[in-house]
Amino acid sequence: MTGDSQPLAAGVNSQSTRLLLRVVILSLIAAAAVASRLFSVIRFESIIHEFDPWFNFRATKYLVANGFYKFWDWFDDRTWHPLGRVTGGTLYPGLMVTSGVIYHALRALTIPVDIRNICVLLAPAFSGLTAYASYLLTNEMTTSPSAGLLAAAFMGIAPGYISRSVAGSYDNEAIAIFLLVFTFYLWIKALKLGSMLWGALCALFYGYMVASWGGYAFITCLLPLHAFVLICMGRYSTRLYVSYTTWYALGTLASMQIPFVGFLPVKTSEHMPALGIFGFLQLIGFIQYVRSAISGRQFQTFLATVLIGTFGIGLLGLVALTSLGYIAPWSGRFYSLWDTGYAKIHIPIIASVSEHQPPAWPAFFFDLNMLIWLFPAGIYLCYQDLRDEHVFVIVYGLFGSYFAGVMVRLMLTLTPIVCVAGAIAVSHLLDTYLSTKKPTNPEGAPAASEATSKKAAKSTGLRGSEKPKVGIFSLVPKTGVVASLTIYLLMFVTHCTWVTSNAYSSPSVVLASRMPDGSQHIIDDYREAYQWLRQNTKEDAKIMSWWDYGYQIGGMADRPTLVDNNTWNNTHIATVGKAMSSREEVSYPIMRQHEVDYVLVVFGGLLGYSGDDINKFLWMVRIAEGIWPDEVKERDFFTARGEYRVDSEATDTMKNSLMYKMSYYNYASMFPPGQAADRVRGVRLPDQGPVLNTLEEAFTSENWIIRIYKVKDLDNVGRDHAAAAAFERGQKKKKAAKKRGARVLRVD
Amino acid sequence: AANWDEVLQNICQYYMKETPQRTKLVDVFLVFLAAVGALQFVYCILAGNYPFNAFLSGFCATVGQFVLTVSLRIQTSEANKSDFPAVSPERAFADFIVCSLILHFFCINFIN
Repeated sequence: MTGDSQPLAAGVNSQSTRLLLRVVILSLIAAAAVASRLFSVIRFESIIHEFDPWFNFRATKYLVANGFYKFWDWFDDRTWHPLGRVTGGTLYPGLMVTSGVIYHALRALTIPVDIRNICVLLAPAFSGLTAYASYLLTNEMTTSPSAGLLAAAFMGIAPGYISRSVAGSYDNEAIAIFLLVFTFYLWIKALKLGSMLWGALCALFYGYMVASWGGYAFITCLLPLHAFVLICMGRYSTRLYVSYTTWYALGTLASMQIPFVGFLPVKTSEHMPALGIFGFLQLIGFIQYVRSAISGRQFQTFLATVLIGTFGIGLLGLVALTSLGYIAPWSGRFYSLWDTGYAKIHIPIIASVSEHQPPAWPAFFFDLNMLIWLFPAGIYLCYQDLRDEHVFVIVYGLFGSYFAGVMVRLMLTLTPIVCVAGAIAVSHLLDTYLSTKKPTNPEGAPAASEATSKKAAKSTGLRGSEKPKVGIFSLVPKTGVVASLTIYLLMFVTHCTWVTSNAYSSPSVVLASRMPDGSQHIIDDYREAYQWLRQNTKEDAKIMSWWDYGYQIGGMADRPTLVDNNTWNNTHIATVGKAMSSREEVSYPIMRQHEVDYVLVVFGGLLGYSGDDINKFLWMVRIAEGIWPDEVKERDFFTARGEYRVDSEATDTMKNSLMYKMSYYNYASMFPPGQAADRVRGVRLPDQGPVLNTLEEAFTSENWIIRIYKVKDLDNVGRDHAAAAAFERGQKKKKAAKKRGARVLRVD
Repeated sequence: AANWDEVLQNICQYYMKETPQRTKLVDVFLVFLAAVGALQFVYCILAGNYPFNAFLSGFCATVGQFVLTVSLRIQTSEANKSDFPAVSPERAFADFIVCSLILHFFCINFIN
C-alpha cells in the first residue's frame, strides 16, 4: 500500500525522488483501478451490461454514425411507439459526447477502435481519473503528504464506486463521479485562492457535470450549503464572494445550455438555494463594504434595517413565487428523499425501482469496509483544525450519509467523501506513528528514547524541573500500530477485490451458473431471444414488454418498443400494465390500438430466475390501478386470505390475466403429468395450462426465460377470437341449439 | 430618520474621499450594468417574457458581468490585499477577461 512507501521516500528524501514516487504510485493506483474493473470482460466478454447502458450505447452509436448536430435534435421514433421520444432534448449528452470524442480522437491517431469497446471501457478509464481527482481534493484538505495518495488508493478500489463503474457499465455515473470530485476540488481551490479563474473552471466542470448526470443537483445544493454554513460561522470573506459568485453566474449559464435542463435553474425549487445564497452574498458583500465606511453605532442601525428588510422580502418573494406557481415545487424523485414514504404512496413507478430503497447496515460495510468506521474519525479530525475546506468535508459528509441512508443508489455520492475522510484519518495515524523524529528539549540537547533521556536527566541534575515529553517514542507501540494499520489496509484490498469479483462483475444480460464439476455454464436466453426478434421479424414490428426491457430490446433486437426505462410517460406505462394484467378480451383491443405485433415476457419458472415478470407483476397492477382504479384492482390478484399465488389456488383474475397466461402457456407440457412446478414461486401448477385465444406463441428461448407471442390478426369472418379458437379446437356443440338466442336489432 | 440621513451622508463622504480613481471608473461601469439590468427587468414585466431564453441571457449577462466586475473591484482594492496573497491586480484583470469571455460565449449561445 501507499502508506508503506512513505517512509522509503523519507529515507531517500529528496524532492525529485518524492515526486517520482508520487507519479509511480498514482499510476499504479490508476492501473489497479482499471484492472479491478475488468473481471466481467475477462470472464464473459466485452458487452454492455444492465438496462440503461443499452440506451446510452445506442445513442452513442447514433452520434458516431450521424454526427453531432443530428444527434442534438434526434427524434427517436423507435421508442414509446405511438409517441416517440425527442431524444436530443431528454437526455444528458455528456456521456455520449465524451465517448464520441474519444472515438474520433483515436481514429485521428490511426487507432481505429470499435465504438462498443470504447463504451465498455469508458468507466474503468474514468475511474483512474477519479482516483487522481480525489488525490487532488484530499491534498487540499490536509498538509499530510500521504493523505492524497491514500484517498486515491481508496477511491480507486472502493466497491461503492466500483459497483457503478465496472467495465461494460456504460452509465452516466461512469463519468459523473469523476466530474463530481473534480468540481469539488476546483471549488475548494477557488475558495482558498479567491480566484476568478478557478471559479470559472469550477463552473465549466460543473457545466460538464450537468451535461452528464442528473445528480448535478447534489452540487447545486451542496456548494450553497457550504457557503451558507461558512457565513453562519462568521467566516464570510471576500474570497468566498469572488469564488461563489463566479461559480454561480457562469455555472448557471453553463447548465442552462443543456436542452434537458433548460430553464430549470431559474424555475425549480432544487436550484433555489443556490440563487438565494447568491443574493444573500451580494447583500453581505455590500454590508461588509459599508461596515468599513462608517462607525459602529451607525452601522448597527444600517444593518438592522437593511438585513431584516431584504431578507424578509427575499423569503416572502420566494414563498409567494412558489405558491403562485412561477417556481415549480420539488419534483417527486427529489421530494421522496425528504419524505421517504411519499414515493410508495403516490408514485409507484419510483418506488418500484429496487435501487430507490433504503439500504441496510451491512450494505455500508459491504461497500466501504473499513472506511465506514474511519469516516467518522476523519470527520472528527476535520473538526480539529476547522478551516473553510474542512467545513466542506463535514457538510458533504453529513448530507452524503443522509442521502445514502435514504436511497441505496446514493451510496455512490457518499463514497468519495468517505474515501477522503478515511484517508485523512489513516494518514493522521501513519504520520503520528511512522515519524522517526526524536523530540528535542528546549536547550537543544538530544533527548529522544528512554536511554538518552535518562542521560539528559542526569546531566541537568533536577529531574522534576524538566518538562515531560508527551508522545510515543518507543519503537514497540509504533510498530504495533503501523503493523495493524497495514493489516487493515491489506484486508481492505482483499475485501474490495473479493466484492468486485463476486458481487459487482456480472453482466445481467448473461446469466452464469456453475456445473457440478465447477465449470461455468452460461445461460444466454436474453440474447437468443433478442437475436430471434432481430432476424425473424419485420423491421418495424412493435414489441410490447414491461418497461425494464425496453432499452435492451431497442439496443439488441433493434425493434420499436412501447415503453422503456426512461419512464417519462406514466400513463403509457400504465397502459402496458393494464394490457398485461387484464383479461385477453380487454388486452387485445389495447394491443390492436397500439399496433403491437409481438409481446415479450420474461419467465423464470423453469430455471428459478427470480427477476421475472410474475414477480414484477404486482407493480404492473399497481401502476395500472393508479390510472384505472375501476378496471384493475390489486385486491383481485390476491386470494381471500391475502396471498399472492400462481398455482391452482390463484384467483380467477390472476388466472385470466394476460401475464399469467403468457407465462404459463404450455408450461405443464414440459413435465410428466402432475409434476409441473414453478421453481421461483416453489409451487406445483395445475396440469391444465391456460388457454390463449388472441395470441400465438412465436418463440420460447432455450430455458424458457424469454417467451415471445405474436398478436393474432382479426378473425377473417368477424368472430371474436374466443369463439374462433373454440371452433378450431372443435368445441362446437354436437347438437345444434334449436333455441334462438337473444338477438339484437341489426342497425345499418 | 435623522440618524438615517447621517448614515447615508457618512457613506457618501467616505466613498468620495477614500476611493481611488480607477475604482470609481469600475463603479461607473457597475452602475451602468445595474441600470441595464433593471431596464431589462422592467421591460420583461411590462411586455411579457415570451422569448424567455433571450430575456434570461440578457439579464444573466448583466448580472454575471456585474458580479465579475465586483470581484475585480474587490481583488484590486488595497484594503483586501491581505485576502488575496496569490492574486496580483494584473492577474485579477486577466482572470476577469477570461471569465467575461466565457460568460459572453454562453450568453450568445443561449440567446439563439
